[in-house]
Amino acid sequence: MEKEVLISFRDFGFQYTAQASPTLYNINLDIHRGEKVLIAGPSGCGKSTIAHCINGLIPASYPGKITGSLTVKGEDAVRQGLFGLSRTVGTVLQDSDGQFIGLTVAEDIAFALENDCVPRAEMHDTVDRIAELVNIRQVLSHAPHEISGGQKQRVSLGGVMVNQVDVLLFDEPLANLDPATGKQAIELIDDIQKRTGCAVVIIEHRLEDVLHRHVDRVVVMGQGRIVFDGDPDTLLCGDVLESRGIREPLYVTALKYAGITPTPDMHPASLPALTLTPEQKSQVQAWFSRQPSPAGREEAPVLLEAKNIDFTYEGGHHALKGIDLTIRRGEMLSIVGTNGAGKSTFSKVICGFEQPQKGSLTLEGADLTALSIKERADRIGYVMQNPNQMISKNMIFDEVALGLRNREVPEEEIRPRVEQALKICGLYPFRNWPVSALSYGQKKRVTIASILVLRPDIILLDEPTAGQDFRHYTEIMEFLRELNRQGVTIVLITHDMHLMLEYTPRAVVFHDGEVICDASAAQVLNAPDIVERAHLKETSLYHLAMQCGIDAPEEFTRRFIARDQEVRK
Amino acid sequence: MTNLFNYIDRPSPIHRLTGACKLVCLLLWSVAAMTSFYTPLLAALTVAALILFRTAKLRVKDISFTLGAMIVYVILNNVLIYLFSPGHGAQLYGSRTVLLTLPGRYSLTAEQLFYHLNVVLKNACTIPIVLLFVCTTNPSEFAASLNRIGVSYRISYAVALTLRYIPDIQREYHDISLAQQARGVEMSKKASLIHRLKAASTILIPLVLSSLDRIEVISNAMELRGFGKGKKRTWYAGRDFSAADWLSMAACALLVLLSLTLTALNGGRFYNPFV
Repeated sequence: MEKEVLISFRDFGFQYTAQASPTLYNINLDIHRGEKVLIAGPSGCGKSTIAHCINGLIPASYPGKITGSLTVKGEDAVRQGLFGLSRTVGTVLQDSDGQFIGLTVAEDIAFALENDCVPRAEMHDTVDRIAELVNIRQVLSHAPHEISGGQKQRVSLGGVMVNQVDVLLFDEPLANLDPATGKQAIELIDDIQKRTGCAVVIIEHRLEDVLHRHVDRVVVMGQGRIVFDGDPDTLLCGDVLESRGIREPLYVTALKYAGITPTPDMHPASLPALTLTPEQKSQVQAWFSRQPSPAGREEAPVLLEAKNIDFTYEGGHHALKGIDLTIRRGEMLSIVGTNGAGKSTFSKVICGFEQPQKGSLTLEGADLTALSIKERADRIGYVMQNPNQMISKNMIFDEVALGLRNREVPEEEIRPRVEQALKICGLYPFRNWPVSALSYGQKKRVTIASILVLRPDIILLDEPTAGQDFRHYTEIMEFLRELNRQGVTIVLITHDMHLMLEYTPRAVVFHDGEVICDASAAQVLNAPDIVERAHLKETSLYHLAMQCGIDAPEEFTRRFIARDQEVRK
Repeated sequence: MTNLFNYIDRPSPIHRLTGACKLVCLLLWSVAAMTSFYTPLLAALTVAALILFRTAKLRVKDISFTLGAMIVYVILNNVLIYLFSPGHGAQLYGSRTVLLTLPGRYSLTAEQLFYHLNVVLKNACTIPIVLLFVCTTNPSEFAASLNRIGVSYRISYAVALTLRYIPDIQREYHDISLAQQARGVEMSKKASLIHRLKAASTILIPLVLSSLDRIEVISNAMELRGFGKGKKRTWYAGRDFSAADWLSMAACALLVLLSLTLTALNGGRFYNPFV
């Protein structure tokens, strides 16, 4: 028997009021009860717009022109309105902090019930039952800042499940989670779906991470249209992903490099289900031995040296416990670890935002501790995660010139320096534009230019690629690598394993205020105990190497990355 | 939680009262204290307030900062009254007993001193009750309490959310400010006022823009979960009134009645020992 159709788009189109052309064209899509569908695509492809149509934020919060029809549970979506749809569709937003409305976990789960005027006693029972289901019982009375990112996501999920919805809609559920928590989130979604039988729609561009658990269908969007709608095995055997700028799973890329063309009967969509013939395994082995080992880097002189840094916050939180770290000139390295591991505190100490109680900090042998924030900034630049937190001028030129003007550099010297920084960042053609006309990625580059113009020895970037799709990620990272080639030392604070693997030869792992590992990124990701403690995730290359009987998974990873870099260039 | 609500969780009869009851009592108590200058009543209220404060198991060191600020306010208030109208007491009580001759109109009179005593008592009987409300009301109950006494739930929730996001915004302000200082924005007292105003704008603009982003996310999240669809809503953290709640509110209502009766019997708001 055909399952009930819950969501049905028919020749659907949408154009935002403020935009000149439609964002969605001719969408035909059915989602059935019990189905798990992934909607993937690069930024700006229209996948979030589809999500907003399903949950009613379009047209309630984002007005525009709708053509064709969208029915949810057989009824016209627009007629049901935002509140009507919320009985059928539960939305878990990308930002689980912003989504946390109640003052405690229990109140947040109860929020939708409160709005439905459910009597208090019944509400307490329902919250207890749902908390059991999403396994959050023991922290019901906690405030949002007292629980972890993974727990917050469980709360968000609980908060929409109280309505007994038929569809669970996840808008980029992985964007703000560390790799291990992201993996758990995908497992949780899978588990909840199996137990409740509702339909699940996941909007996400990180294909490999979502495919960690079975998905029935993948819908790929490109420029407002559906360009693929089918099962994931078929998807991975075609060329849709490449042409749409979505990254295929690394192990699939590795198979292709080894000369193996994936076919649906190999089940490439799931690493555990992937079946390789003995011949194919030896093909991978042969590729591995053919591929040259990438050359190591020579040791450059020491630039920044932290010795035995100890820092305790006023409230008594012992954030850094005797950190030793040496950064050499011209390095590009990543600092990884869970939230609260001490990475942000460490970067604040380097920039002089916080003063350590113990330890020494030297730059080219000279003591840093006596320098003010402003003086340190001449040598060490800091780029915040969200560019909107840094930009304060209307015009791009003025924004980049701000640091120089504050240092009373003569205006005739400012112009060439700003122009040079803008050229390096690829923003020179836009120099007379207002900042507001730029995309998020371009704004990020403006903030980097505004630091670069001060000519620091080191630039420290906090999560430079958070929330970016594959194309923007590549753009930002290639740009940083180019800067690095020109001699700027770059330190990245990140959760992103691809980033550390592909761009930073060295990774420093923080855990609970200590450095627990300082090695190559490939070594870190192939050390299971470190991976577990730092909430990272083993790469799929590790498992592929194991499956093919290659006993040096770390070397396999390094050779793959080297090859991949050449190919992508 | 660095919040306006300095909630201190200790088991006590005052903590067990519902937030809405405490809010009503606070309002009634303040009305009783504001309408009257009847000194014996004010003195009695002050003693009662201090006893209640002890009952709630609050210690002075829990609230030392707020208490300090309030004492400074009371002192300043009295100094200003004396500076601007040193003869107010004499005028009120219809007599003038000079205790100490000082230049101009600043001679110290017994009537003026007595008036000041009343002002201090008025503050002394309300301040502990305000602190009591702030320290024994669970922040979760606050929005529910406002709604209970008739404030629309949208406004109640808006107030509660604002209070809750103040610490987040403070933290963000701090982060932005550090990043801008690193770019050379001078925030210290060394810079001139105009410079510092300009510097503040380089922090406030990013702060406002990122706060607007945050507001969009929160309001979407709230609407998606049905906030605003009905005329009413229920509250998970709200509680029903118990006998103790009704008793407390009745007692406070009686206080207001007593205060008004005394004013009527006394033929004015002021208790006058001088005539």
